[in-house]
Amino acid sequence: MFAGFMMNTWAVATIVAPVAGVVGYFVVLRGSAFPAHAIPKGAFAGAAAAALLGISTLIGLAVFSLLGALGIGALGRRTRHDVATALALVMMLALGAAFLSRTTEYEPEIYSLLFGEILGVSATELLPVAILGAACIAAILLLYRPLTLSSVVPEIAEARGIRPYRIEIAFLVIVALATAMAIPVVGALLIFSLMIGPPAAARSLTSHPAIAMLLSTAIALATVWIAIAASYQMNWPVGFFVGTFAALSYALGRGCAAWHRTHATAPALHAATPDA
Amino acid sequence: MHQLLTWVVEPGFFTSEPVRAAVVTGSAVAVVSAVAGIFTVIRGQSFAGHAFGDIAAAGGSGALLLGLSPLTGFIGLGIIGAGAMDLIGVQRVRGRDLATGIVLGAAIGLTALFLYLDTTASATTGAAQQVLFGSIFTTATTTLPVVVTCSVLVAAVIAVIWRPLLLATVSPDIAAARGVPVRLVGMAYMLALATAVGLSSLTIGAILSTALLIGPAATALRLTRRMGWALAAACLIGVAAIWAGILLAYDSYYWGNTHQGLPVSFFIVAVIFAAYLLTGLAGRRPARPHGTAVPSAGDAIRDQVAA
Repeated sequence: MFAGFMMNTWAVATIVAPVAGVVGYFVVLRGSAFPAHAIPKGAFAGAAAAALLGISTLIGLAVFSLLGALGIGALGRRTRHDVATALALVMMLALGAAFLSRTTEYEPEIYSLLFGEILGVSATELLPVAILGAACIAAILLLYRPLTLSSVVPEIAEARGIRPYRIEIAFLVIVALATAMAIPVVGALLIFSLMIGPPAAARSLTSHPAIAMLLSTAIALATVWIAIAASYQMNWPVGFFVGTFAALSYALGRGCAAWHRTHATAPALHAATPDA
Repeated sequence: MHQLLTWVVEPGFFTSEPVRAAVVTGSAVAVVSAVAGIFTVIRGQSFAGHAFGDIAAAGGSGALLLGLSPLTGFIGLGIIGAGAMDLIGVQRVRGRDLATGIVLGAAIGLTALFLYLDTTASATTGAAQQVLFGSIFTTATTTLPVVVTCSVLVAAVIAVIWRPLLLATVSPDIAAARGVPVRLVGMAYMLALATAVGLSSLTIGAILSTALLIGPAATALRLTRRMGWALAAACLIGVAAIWAGILLAYDSYYWGNTHQGLPVSFFIVAVIFAAYLLTGLAGRRPARPHGTAVPSAGDAIRDQVAA
């Protein structure tokens, strides 16, 4: 499974996983699981439409994921976030359906856009993916303090002059970029799994942010690596393994935390946080 | 005058059989969705409401593989998913969304597997497209009695748990103090929601399922905070959106030179979206800005419950 054509897959996965782990840490911290699911799903609608209209799918991905992020942010300003996310999502899916109706062809590419395809990565994609990934991580590190503050103690952050709306939009755009770069390998429907399962597992095990992010990256890497290997061996879609292992890693994380709680003699300083 | 009428309602609309079927099915589903949706919006569980659609799709593709009826799969896996979410989830909203996300991820993974096995087993293409973008005009045939039974069941369950659920939503502690089995009531609601969404996903497609669940209810709750009025308004808006959307889709075939038209789901969602935006313009005071997803149940509802 380490033949020439597979090396691209391993390379892309190794770039995607840390990004998912780092961005996902804040997704879990901010409780933005729904946007993390909605943005790639909306992006998929754009990519599918682009594929059928003959335009580059990357453009469709980028446009719809950014549209989604901005839409969710803008709507969420006036109303509760989960309603805003739901409405933005269905509107984008409806737009995607409208575009798709223009032709009756079925593109096999659609399946791999949804669920990932380990054989679908070409060498030319490596550089753009790497650049986007680096940009995402750089943005997270740049915004680390305001992002953490506004996620954990929003009132204090606001008192310090951090505008919640701007942070929210910035974060959603980062999520949009992260999902757009990861869709080709992991698929639109499962990139969010990578951004929720591993970070949630990490946060069950520790509440120290830096350690949690590193742990989340490690678990995400393990997840994609095992998923690719399993998919290669069994010929089953890689997305299935990603979804399953992400859930398993979360279960393991919770299990370890619970075991630690019942067996620790001293009060655990890094016990599981209540909302993990 | 006659020309104006035909411009609004293209010829053959009222006599078309598929149109009539779509209107009846759509209206029934809209009402059930509105009933379930009111609580979904209040409880801040739109993610779960949407997730059940994807979970239902997993169940559907699994049922296809096992040779079971689609309805069994759509609703069956939803119920299992609701149980799993409850097992993982905690009382706080963020924890609930996380539980939903984990279960959803596993379900989508299963969808990937089932669709792959489906296509290799029976060489059907386009399944992925159909699963996501199923249309109100071309859905799998489900017998009307089954749809009606499930709808009545959902409505009955929600009617029974209405007051305790409202109290448990607004203030779980007061509810517990008053003897309301908060966890049980929440679980009953989730099961009703899973059934409602499974039903709507099967009959009108995944996109419309979420749109009809959240959109009309959210719009209604922007217009009024009194539960009875909100429920009525949500049902009205949902049904109106269905009718308007179907009409527009039917008319769209006559627009322009291409005679292709646009899908019904697009128009219905567009109407719902537009209605929501309009209420934002003319509506009540804007909601308190929140940094992250914290639901506000509304002071008026609290007052009404405490009364």
